[in-house]
Amino acid sequence: MIAYIIRRLLYAIPILLGVNIITFALFFVVNSPDDMARMHLGVKRVTPEAIQKWKEERGYDRPLLFNPARQGAAALTDTIFFDKSVKLFAFQFGRADDGRDIGREIRNRMGPSLAIAVPVFLAGLGAYISFALIMAFFRATYIDFAGVILCVAMMSISGLFYIIGSQYLISKLWKLVPISGYAEGVTGLKFLVLPVLVGVVAGVGASTRWYRTIFLEEMGKDYVRTARAKGMPELRVLFRHVLANAMIPILTGAVVVIPLLFMGSLITESFFGIPGLGSYTIDAINSQDFAVVRSMVFLGSVLYIVGLILTDISYTLVDPRIRLE
Amino acid sequence: MSRAEALLEVGNLRTWIEGDGGVVRAVDGVSLRIGRGETFALLGESGCGKSMTALSIMRLLPERGHIVGGEVRLGDTDLLALPELAMRRVRGGRIGMIFQEPGLALNPVMTIGEQIDEVLAVHTALRGEAAARRAVELLERVGIPDPGRRLAEYPFQYSGGMKQRAMIAMALAGEPELLVADEPTTALDVTIQAQVLELMRALQRDTGMGMLLITHDLGVVQETAHRVGVMYAGQLVEAASREDLFARPLHPYTVKLFAALPARGRRGVGLEVIPGSVPPLTGEFRGCRFAERCEFAWERCRAESPAWHEPAEGRGVRCHLFDGSGQSPMADRGSRTAQIEAIPPSVIPCSVPLAPLLQVSDLRVHFPIRRGLFKRVVGQVKAVDGLSLEIRGGRTLALVGESGCGKTTAGKGILRLVEPTSGSVRFAGEELTTLSRAALRERRREFQIVFQDPYSSLNPRMRITEIIEEGMSALGIEGGSAERQRRVDELLGQVGLPAEAKWRYPHEFSGGQRQRIAIARVLAVNPKLIVFDEPTSALDVSVQAQILNLIGDLQRRLGIGYLFITHNLGVVDYLADEVAVMYLGRIVERGAAGAVLGDPRHPYTRALLSAVPVVDPATQRDVIRLQGELPSPASPPVGCHFHPRCPQAMPACREGYPEPTRLGADRSVACHLYSN
Amino acid sequence: MPFKPVLLATDALIWLLVAAVLGFAWYVRRREHLLAPWRRVARSASGMAAGTVLAFFVLTGLLDSVHFRPALPDEPGKPRAYAVEVLSLLDVALKPLRTNKERTYSAPLATHLFSRETVELPDGRITREYPRLRFGGAGLKDPEADWLPDVMARAGLGLAGAVLAWAAVVAGLILVVARRRRTVPAAIWQEIRSGRGEVPWRAVLVALGAMLAVIGAAAALATGYHVLGTDKVGQDVLYLSLKSVRTGLVIGTVTTLVMLPFALLLGVMAGYFKGWVDDLIQYLYTTLSSVPGVLLIAATVLMMQVHIENHPELFDTVTVRADMRLLFLCLILGVTSWTGLARLLRGESLKLRELEYIQAAHAFGVSDWRIISRHILPNVMHIVLIAVVMDFSGLVLAEAVLSYVGVGVDPSMISFGTMINAARLELARDPMVWWSLAAAFVFMFAMVLSANLFADAVRDAFDPRVRVGTAVPVLQPSRAPEART
Repeated sequence: MIAYIIRRLLYAIPILLGVNIITFALFFVVNSPDDMARMHLGVKRVTPEAIQKWKEERGYDRPLLFNPARQGAAALTDTIFFDKSVKLFAFQFGRADDGRDIGREIRNRMGPSLAIAVPVFLAGLGAYISFALIMAFFRATYIDFAGVILCVAMMSISGLFYIIGSQYLISKLWKLVPISGYAEGVTGLKFLVLPVLVGVVAGVGASTRWYRTIFLEEMGKDYVRTARAKGMPELRVLFRHVLANAMIPILTGAVVVIPLLFMGSLITESFFGIPGLGSYTIDAINSQDFAVVRSMVFLGSVLYIVGLILTDISYTLVDPRIRLE
Repeated sequence: MSRAEALLEVGNLRTWIEGDGGVVRAVDGVSLRIGRGETFALLGESGCGKSMTALSIMRLLPERGHIVGGEVRLGDTDLLALPELAMRRVRGGRIGMIFQEPGLALNPVMTIGEQIDEVLAVHTALRGEAAARRAVELLERVGIPDPGRRLAEYPFQYSGGMKQRAMIAMALAGEPELLVADEPTTALDVTIQAQVLELMRALQRDTGMGMLLITHDLGVVQETAHRVGVMYAGQLVEAASREDLFARPLHPYTVKLFAALPARGRRGVGLEVIPGSVPPLTGEFRGCRFAERCEFAWERCRAESPAWHEPAEGRGVRCHLFDGSGQSPMADRGSRTAQIEAIPPSVIPCSVPLAPLLQVSDLRVHFPIRRGLFKRVVGQVKAVDGLSLEIRGGRTLALVGESGCGKTTAGKGILRLVEPTSGSVRFAGEELTTLSRAALRERRREFQIVFQDPYSSLNPRMRITEIIEEGMSALGIEGGSAERQRRVDELLGQVGLPAEAKWRYPHEFSGGQRQRIAIARVLAVNPKLIVFDEPTSALDVSVQAQILNLIGDLQRRLGIGYLFITHNLGVVDYLADEVAVMYLGRIVERGAAGAVLGDPRHPYTRALLSAVPVVDPATQRDVIRLQGELPSPASPPVGCHFHPRCPQAMPACREGYPEPTRLGADRSVACHLYSN
Repeated sequence: MPFKPVLLATDALIWLLVAAVLGFAWYVRRREHLLAPWRRVARSASGMAAGTVLAFFVLTGLLDSVHFRPALPDEPGKPRAYAVEVLSLLDVALKPLRTNKERTYSAPLATHLFSRETVELPDGRITREYPRLRFGGAGLKDPEADWLPDVMARAGLGLAGAVLAWAAVVAGLILVVARRRRTVPAAIWQEIRSGRGEVPWRAVLVALGAMLAVIGAAAALATGYHVLGTDKVGQDVLYLSLKSVRTGLVIGTVTTLVMLPFALLLGVMAGYFKGWVDDLIQYLYTTLSSVPGVLLIAATVLMMQVHIENHPELFDTVTVRADMRLLFLCLILGVTSWTGLARLLRGESLKLRELEYIQAAHAFGVSDWRIISRHILPNVMHIVLIAVVMDFSGLVLAEAVLSYVGVGVDPSMISFGTMINAARLELARDPMVWWSLAAAFVFMFAMVLSANLFADAVRDAFDPRVRVGTAVPVLQPSRAPEART
């Protein structure tokens, strides 16, 4: 098992390299730094001097891959590729357009992102699994039927409407919680209620339906019939037998997103004014801050790969067939 | 048997299942009675409703199934009237049940101990320490060694036979009065089947429980049952004590079932076949359900549904022949054999000595096992490990062995569908293993293969004509399209299908018909050798007979050599000229079919033969019970592969693998007993 | 010529898709085994009703996919010139809606503007009042008194028309079915009314009736009012909503269309050849899918914006530019979403290659590519079909979010995303401007819901076990990660 995990870790290296090359190509090869400068400064009133200055400020004035002006190793290191891409591996993200250090910004903003994402994740998982279990228990009855219809209807609504609707209804009309904002500590709880609620509700349709199919699939298997033939009560069949087996796909599917919780949610954070990584990304996109977007792309990939590795590990934990072989 | 003794009484049970194509009347008026300590076998082919009968008794029907009528009484309890809660006390308590696929029927993420414990918790007063002791006792009772340790293991750590034993232990945990066993040994090899059947008999003797055994295998019935009910198309067509049924079957369907079994006695005479297949159960039947396939049927059979007649004490049959109207039912049975068409003589007379068509020597097919950080090769699965055999044109060599012995891989390795690791395969004098891919393609028309599963061997998206033409076009045979169409018609005729069949798609055909199409596809390229990989093991007995007859007939007419891979010794006995018995990648005994089967020398061959349940009640046999199961081909035992299970193992057997000893012109055996 | 046809890139792809669908339908018609799953779709009441609703959206989208540039009034002596504005057939059909603009916001069916304006009266006095609309209810003498009767009359007229049209369709259907089955029409009517029978015509007719009623009433009212109000620049919201339909359809279908070849080829190759081909393809899609979808899209769209800004000479009209951007968005969405389908197809090919009919083909020496094209591809097509229909609604929803983030369609292109984006800013107003949002919500909901229901029916009919996940994680990372199965 240790060897298995080490192998998965080693496998992550070429993938990270691949991601790095993709981002490099995307940000520096598709468009030259000159193009970016022109775009940023406004195409019309741009002077070569302004472009040069813009590039110098950001360190884009060097060659892409090889710097013939420098000697030895510096010919490779004093390049855009080394400075902007290779250093990502050391989590050195450089500075944003506003001059702040991106790495510090990320550390500061992780907290608020997690404050929303973790409760959404946990409450969501609990809620969806419970709903799905209820529907599976009442399978092929009107309760199940109505549940499925409701799920399909709910997953047909854009997440934007959940946010807008809840802000209007709960905050503006009923004035139960503030419309948006964020604060540390206990006082900040009132800001978290709505985004968490919206986050959970927005996922109800798709996830509940998904878990329900997993449950129903498990319930069609032979060992369930065996359990019934042994005279097990239906609830025990559901919880001890079906749930235990269904947890394998459910947990391993959920584990992959755990690291990504750090990234927060773009839309929720920006609507509710949460100073997390999601809104950071959106702001960067809107102000076309390439350095930040590039950093977030890389960070997201790293977290996803961590998630994949965690998934592999969690398989070994929940499935005795893998654990013991 | 008087009514008072009845443990289970089923009266006019009717179960319907809603399907896409309408309501399926899976069980349509079944009545039966099982006494205490009695084994009642429900015999029938697939789709006749026997499993649904069992599930109806347990009230464990699939979601779309309903019991629409009848009654089920267990002792004094009316099971169909019980509320669900009380029924749960019955399931696992008064009635235990075991299923066909032990690999699927056990919960994969719970230990065997936990799965037994929950039965004890629900149905007995045993808790904690006492329950744990009882679980150990149960595993011990079903013959699982080291039960204390094995309780903590998961099902995947058990072998197939062990899983079924564990299932039985679970069913016994509630101390049932009745055990319902749904094809309990169908998924197991014969040697394991013999072990499990023996265990079930012993348990019944000790506990005195009744048993409802559901099976399609006449041999299993003969070995286990006291009374037998034969089911056909949702109905019981005959019921009798085992002795009576085997001595004199009454219903034409039962008669045919016996006659369709392949065995040596029927060599060269062709098997009895039941034409057609089981009718769909979606509609109303006007007459007898078997009338369409019955050779005794007359107008009355098609117009009027036969009633249940009891021609003798303890016997019942659902057939107009026995309505007591005076017509002697079996009077014209003598004419029956005359209807079997005369078997044409083979195009290759037996007396002519033939040059070998295929010579395989020392063939090895190994699959690497990769482990560790860099997926290094740490071992080899030696699926085929030094196989040598010879087939002459127009003759049949049967390669026999249990599942996992490497016989299928051997077949594919010979045809280079799997690349052999080493060894030589000479076909008509030409070495195949060293041929380039292009050269091999040229030769492929000479040797072909027919697979086991008729459902996955035809592409569902292609018409029959496209399927048959595929080989012809790939191998560049018969240029013009008109010529090809003519050839397709001819081939379909050869395998007994109408020419119109070629415009249809595979899903419109039954399993037996599909196997005919697969054979036609192979014949299209005029091969000299055909490898049959278990061609009938997925088919019902009556259909199996049709296909075996066809295969035998084609050989006699076309002079094709066969390599017949099978685990069914009855089929070997019926069809093969020579036999090679395989164990763990190697041939342990070979020789002429009659010689090997009549006088087996290798202890494994003997055990294998003795484990096959026999249908003929006159045959007495002592089952040589083998210990354990087939070891993994990744780490075969040192010395003779068979010695850990061999009842006659000697010290020498642990030392080295025995060289084959020649016992005659074409007979050899690899066993230390015979090596001087 | 009074117009100059314009074939936008997405138009071409859409019509290609239509041609492919028609060709496929013609092919399937004559093959019973391919037709059988479609018959099951036809037996699903919810699927058929949803399909009926969806058909209206598709029709709208197709009308909006025939583009041209109208000729400008002839000036003698000069060659005929064409307008820079690119119109579609839908624009022509909706000409009153498109051209009758107000100054700014007005509520649905309103006669006056939404906000007070300073107006100079004829006698020179200046007051602040709600000015009359230029178009909405312009014919009314006394809006206070005449408004309700007028609205009722128009709506009634529209409904009456709808009922007539519906009755005609019902009668036609009954006659056709009766002729085909050689029975009397009354028997067919009985069967339809009771809801028995093979095809759930009752559900279809109910859905059709509802759609016709809504369309009839809306059309009749639209002759005198802005049925769904107007937006900030006075543009009719109903017009905007109808124009958004095409954008949604393009995103939902073209995306899958462009990614299909990759997914199909790579997925099948990985599964069939195994070995290093499999390793390479798996590496490729693991790498691509490890970049969070939204971020990859955001980064790519940003870069594309830079490119477009720097090369304005590539596009001759705004419409063409917006269209290229739309196509590009589809491409990017395709790149981020092909991995899920490829993974699915790889798994299926792995299973298929072990099947005996493929082994039999090997035994005949059939070449690998022939095995792939004759044996594997036809047997994975149902998965592709399910993936296409299941992905559709997810992509439509994704467009709205992406446009909100600012990496969606061109701001000049009308879409649900841009509508929501524009309307969201007005939420803070008091009283609220709700109708743009509501219109976008209702249209999107109807379209996505019917697409979802239809997709469910298709999946159930073809293979209920196939799980195709929404390719783009839209709102949350913790959405069911369905792609990983």
